[in-house]
Amino acid sequence: MCVVCGCGTGAALAPNENGHGQGHGHGHEHGHDHDHGHVVVAPGGDLHYGAGAARVSVPGMSQARALRLEADVLGANRRLAADNRAHFAAHGVTAYNLVSSPGSGKTTLLCATIEHLLAHAPTLPLAVIEGDQQTSNDANRIRATGAAAIQVNTGKGCHLDAQMVSDAFSRLHLHAHAHAGAAAGAAGTQALLFIENVGNLVCPAMWDLGEAAKVAILSVTEGEDKPIKYPDLFAAARLMVLNKIDLLPHLDFDVPKCIEYARRVNPGIEVLLVSARTGQGLDAWVDWLLQPAE
Amino acid sequence: MHELSLAGGIVRLVEDAAQRERFSRVSRLRLEAGALAGVEVRALRFALEAITPGTCLDGATIDIDEPPGTAWCLHCACSVEIASRADPCPRCGGFQIQATGGTELRVLDLMVHDDQET
Repeated sequence: MCVVCGCGTGAALAPNENGHGQGHGHGHEHGHDHDHGHVVVAPGGDLHYGAGAARVSVPGMSQARALRLEADVLGANRRLAADNRAHFAAHGVTAYNLVSSPGSGKTTLLCATIEHLLAHAPTLPLAVIEGDQQTSNDANRIRATGAAAIQVNTGKGCHLDAQMVSDAFSRLHLHAHAHAGAAAGAAGTQALLFIENVGNLVCPAMWDLGEAAKVAILSVTEGEDKPIKYPDLFAAARLMVLNKIDLLPHLDFDVPKCIEYARRVNPGIEVLLVSARTGQGLDAWVDWLLQPAE
Repeated sequence: MHELSLAGGIVRLVEDAAQRERFSRVSRLRLEAGALAGVEVRALRFALEAITPGTCLDGATIDIDEPPGTAWCLHCACSVEIASRADPCPRCGGFQIQATGGTELRVLDLMVHDDQET
C-alpha cells in the first residue's frame, strides 16, 4: 500500500497500464490516477517529468505540474506608468496626481490654481485629466477657466489607472502642443498636467499613473485624524495640502495634530495650508507646483 | 473595492501564463498579500470567486499567504515588524520608520493541468 495516499497499488492499476513496469522500488512514482503521480521513473532510475499518463492519452486524466510565477499583480500597471512617466518627460510635462476624499475641494482648488497660473504664467501650457465615476461636471468646471480638460469616467471603478491616463493624455492638446515643436528637454516645468483622481482615500494609493508626485488634499472640515485612518494614501503622497483653511475659526480642527499624524505615516511629507476660496496660501502652492523636478 | 481590479490583474497574469506555458486549467493558486499591500484579503477572495468562472482558474483552490509588514526604524537602526503604516516602531515607539517589506500583492505559484484530449 502506498503510505502517502493509502491507495492499494494493485487495486487502482493494472500492470503496465501507465507505461512503466511494476518493478519500481516503492517511492511515490507509480502512476495511479491522481495528481501526485506525474513523475515517471525509468528503469535506470532517471526521472521523467512531463511523461505521465495524460500524454499517453488516457481519457479524463490530466498532466499536473507546478509553475512558479513570482509576479507582481500591479506589474502591468507599473510598466504602463513608467511609459507614461517617460512620455511626460519627453514632452516637458510635469504631472501631479491629486488624491483625496470626495468633497475636499479638489476641483475648486484646481480652478483657483489655474486662474492664478493664467494670471502669473500665461504662457505655461496646462491641462487637466478629471477622474470620476460619472458625469462631466468637473471637466466642464475646468474648461470654464479656459484650461483644457478631459473627463475620464471609470464607471464602477474606484481609481484611475495608468492605461486610462495614457489614453486621456494622447487626446489632450498638451500632447499635440509638445509634438508641434514646443521645445522639451531643458530643465524645469514647461507644461503642467493635473490628474484629479476619483475621490477616494483608499484605492488610488496603489496605482502609479506616471506622475511626478501624488498630492493628498485634505479639507479641514474632515477631521485631523484622516492621515492615520487612511495611512497608505498619505504614505504615498509627497505633499499634503490642507484646504478650506478659511473655515478654521469655525471648526475644532487641530492643524499641528494633523501634521503630526501625517508625519507619523510619512516622515518626509511636505505640508501646505491653502484656501481655494480666499486665495490664501495659493502663492506657495503654485511655487511648489513649479519647482524643478527632483 | 479595488480588490476587483486586483483580481482582474491576477486572472490576466494567469491567463497570460496559460498561453505561454500551454496549460488549460489551474487546480491551485498561491498568492502573497503583504500586510502593507493595501489589500483586504476577504474582499480579494470574494472578487476572485466572482470573476474566475469561465477562466482557467475556475474551481481552483486559492491560498493566500499574508506575510507581516516590515519597516526600517531610523532611530533603532534595525528592521521591525508593523501591522499598518500608521503603527509606531514596536521597540522605541517612534514614527521614524520606512516600510520595507510586506508591501506587495504577488502571484507566487500555481498547480496547472494540461487536460489534453489526445
